[in-house]
Amino acid sequence: MGGHLNINHLIFLGHGALWTVGLSLIALIGGGTVGFAIALARISPLKSVRLASAAYVQLVQGTPLLVILFLGYFGLAAIGLQVSPLVAASASLTLYVAAYLGEIWRGSIQSVPKPQWEAAEGLALSRTQRMLKVILPQAIRIATPPTVGFMVQIIKNTSLASVVGFVELMRSGQIVNNSLFEPFVIYAIIAVVYFAMCYPLSLFSQRLERRMGRGRVNLAPA
Amino acid sequence: MGIQLDFPAVLERWPSFLGGAALTLELAALATMFGALLGTLAAVGRGTHNALIAGACKVYVETIRNTPLLVQIFLVYFGLASLGLKFSAFTVAVAALTINVGAYTAEIMRAGFEAIPRGQIEAAEGLALSRVQIYWHIILLPAVERVYPALTSQFVLLMLASSVCSQISAEELTAIANYIQSDTYRAFETYIIVAVLYVILSLVMRAGFWGLGLVLFPRRRRLGTPL
Repeated sequence: MGGHLNINHLIFLGHGALWTVGLSLIALIGGGTVGFAIALARISPLKSVRLASAAYVQLVQGTPLLVILFLGYFGLAAIGLQVSPLVAASASLTLYVAAYLGEIWRGSIQSVPKPQWEAAEGLALSRTQRMLKVILPQAIRIATPPTVGFMVQIIKNTSLASVVGFVELMRSGQIVNNSLFEPFVIYAIIAVVYFAMCYPLSLFSQRLERRMGRGRVNLAPA
Repeated sequence: MGIQLDFPAVLERWPSFLGGAALTLELAALATMFGALLGTLAAVGRGTHNALIAGACKVYVETIRNTPLLVQIFLVYFGLASLGLKFSAFTVAVAALTINVGAYTAEIMRAGFEAIPRGQIEAAEGLALSRVQIYWHIILLPAVERVYPALTSQFVLLMLASSVCSQISAEELTAIANYIQSDTYRAFETYIIVAVLYVILSLVMRAGFWGLGLVLFPRRRRLGTPL
């Protein structure tokens, strides 16, 4: 206790903010890779693959991220792996983001008009060619606005990694608060920094959406 | 290596788990009710011609939607405390969740309002309905009917997000799990059980909202489409 907020505290918070960006990128890249596989599995011709991926999505979307983080943190320890908070948080966020991005992208792929699929088939393209050359280029256009919107959710959700002891923006704020005990000021600063990261992305997503006209894909994560 | 899971040791605490699940439902139900009200007011406020009210509602919605719930909870918790107001952690949790879900509800409701064809409002004016009648019968009720699916999935997400309230030690499912795991040293088993309970809770909520929709919107039930 005691002391005032000084430049060192702000530098510490700045480091935390950098880690928030870093963790968000890890979650986006990891979750995007797994999520793409999920999206393809959800529309697989094999029924068992479709069912398994649907079950995965339902399970993850029915569980709070906080509980998934605890499971990642304690679960990896329970199977004898000593993991750092960074690894635990990255793994949990990847699994979480994959379920949501997978659903968004499945919706985007499926909203490519049916005749496009049929035309590609009529031109004797293989399934892979059809996906890569006809469907995905169109699906990416549809998927961009909701994906950018979901990046806002990712940034906000990385704040939960603080509970497993990963020092990102939120956790660094808690640490600074422990020494100064000025919670209202410090958390207000933290809120402003999060807002500064998220709001431009929100605006960008809205602009993309407007340019595309009314998108058919909706999402509403917390 | 080798996992040793001991579920019985944790499962014998089942009354605590069920109590936690009930508390989570209570928290979610209260925040949903107040949040729906707050969000509808904010959506109406954003559509008014008074620039001050519209601007204030926009600032509220954008601020909440672009900051993490965890930060909001801490701000409400410590903000109220620094004003010298003492509330239980549960009350603070309800307040913070209400403020949070209100902003998302406002966005959804606004989309519903914008989808009401202008001609219907003009027709209502032509039939000499009062402003209140127009708002209620022509704008609000049809808009709710239209956005009901989006609203309900937002409320399920709110229930899941309420787990974050364990961080200010409000009594709910995750907080009770934290208790049990520190008592039994069986963290992995505890959180697996809690995850299963949350999945069940979200399925129960979805089913409940679906049933409520059948009762509330008979037209949708008969025609299969919203207005």
